Amino acid sequence: MGLFNYWVAVILIMTGLYVVVSHANLVKKVLGLNIFQAAVFMLYISAGKLAGGTAPILDDRFTQYSNPLPHVLILTAIVVGVATTALALALIIRIHLAYGTVEEDEIDDKDREPS
Amino acid sequence: MGHHLVLRVICKLLVPLILLFALYVQFHGDFGPGGGFQAGVLFGAGFILYGIVFGLGHFRSVVSPALLRTVAACGLLLYLLVGVAGMLLGGNYLDYSVLRENPASGQHLGIFLVELGVGLTVSGVMISLFYAFADRRFRE
Amino acid sequence: MLLLFIVVVAIAIAVLRNLFAAVMLFGIFSFLAAAVFVSLDAVDVAFTEAAVGAGIATILMLATLARVGGHERGVHGHGLFPLAIAFFTGLALIHATSDFPLVGDPSAPAHGHVAPRYLKESGSEIGIPNVVTSVLASYRGYDTLGEVTVIFAAGVGVLCLLGAAGAGARREDKKKE
Repeated sequence: MGLFNYWVAVILIMTGLYVVVSHANLVKKVLGLNIFQAAVFMLYISAGKLAGGTAPILDDRFTQYSNPLPHVLILTAIVVGVATTALALALIIRIHLAYGTVEEDEIDDKDREPS
Repeated sequence: MGHHLVLRVICKLLVPLILLFALYVQFHGDFGPGGGFQAGVLFGAGFILYGIVFGLGHFRSVVSPALLRTVAACGLLLYLLVGVAGMLLGGNYLDYSVLRENPASGQHLGIFLVELGVGLTVSGVMISLFYAFADRRFRE
Repeated sequence: MLLLFIVVVAIAIAVLRNLFAAVMLFGIFSFLAAAVFVSLDAVDVAFTEAAVGAGIATILMLATLARVGGHERGVHGHGLFPLAIAFFTGLALIHATSDFPLVGDPSAPAHGHVAPRYLKESGSEIGIPNVVTSVLASYRGYDTLGEVTVIFAAGVGVLCLLGAAGAGARREDKKKE
């Protein structure tokens, strides 16, 4: 397997970053952030894998277990991630109620208009 | 009702199985993959499926939003109180070994209660999120 | 193989302008990520990622799209400058990963210090087979407390932003009177 997992994680991180920076639609940006997030999780879990190990559930048949610490960290991160995504989407709905659009440049234009 | 009939029948068959599986995952999290978070999300997903198929009116009569807010708060409160109980019995905050005579069974009880608290909060919050997003009557 | 599928799905999500299709693909992306986690022996994480990513996140995004509309206008200009930034940052990061230990290497620093202690002592000190649960709930119980607080706070935040379903009904009933 070598370092292939890490390269794939980096490619996904860059895809997420590109979506966040270049797309104007706010919901698309949130999608890009979630892709970024999942790629970071893959990075950490790949670091915790032990060759020849198994899932960290103690059993008499196995002696080698994969590292449980990254699993715990990423479990927390996944649930916190969905909580932040929910808040971001709620903010997007309120922005839509206030401005009538969720495209970033249209919101900018509405803000710059003399009210 | 006609073209939603298949969805409604399947939903009625599936929702009890999903909720039962969520309970299994909650309490079997010590012996296999699972635990509070997964069980809370599964429990929430079962109710959300019911809400999507049958509409918010029916859903509100089954599970009221006030009940969900109370359940979510109670889950967090349970977690905090387990920690305080550890302090009252002589140990540190969130020290489970002092909850019972035997440290290992104290850990079992502590982990059981703490995972229950986590499951309650996560399921309450997930269904509340669904209510907040799906209710179209909120207008400024 | 799974990793190649994931990259293809992520690029498809980036390129699609129909947001409903992009959100559906995001559900598939989450499932593939869960499969990758299973292949890396992280069964608890895979369970959570499948339930949360493919279940809750997809539902919430679909509910948002139902309110705000499902098409996007596209990128600012041509998007070449962000693409160049992403490309060169990616090259720099891949060069940085050349210092990493190989995946699965037993002498990696991640497998030293605390992890072997938890694996060895968890059976006798706590006595439950699932080490991830014992670390999450007992050894690192404070972190889990913080996490539950964050979830609760996010729920409260969304209820404040979007109005609890009960409050909206009462406000409308008062206006009708």
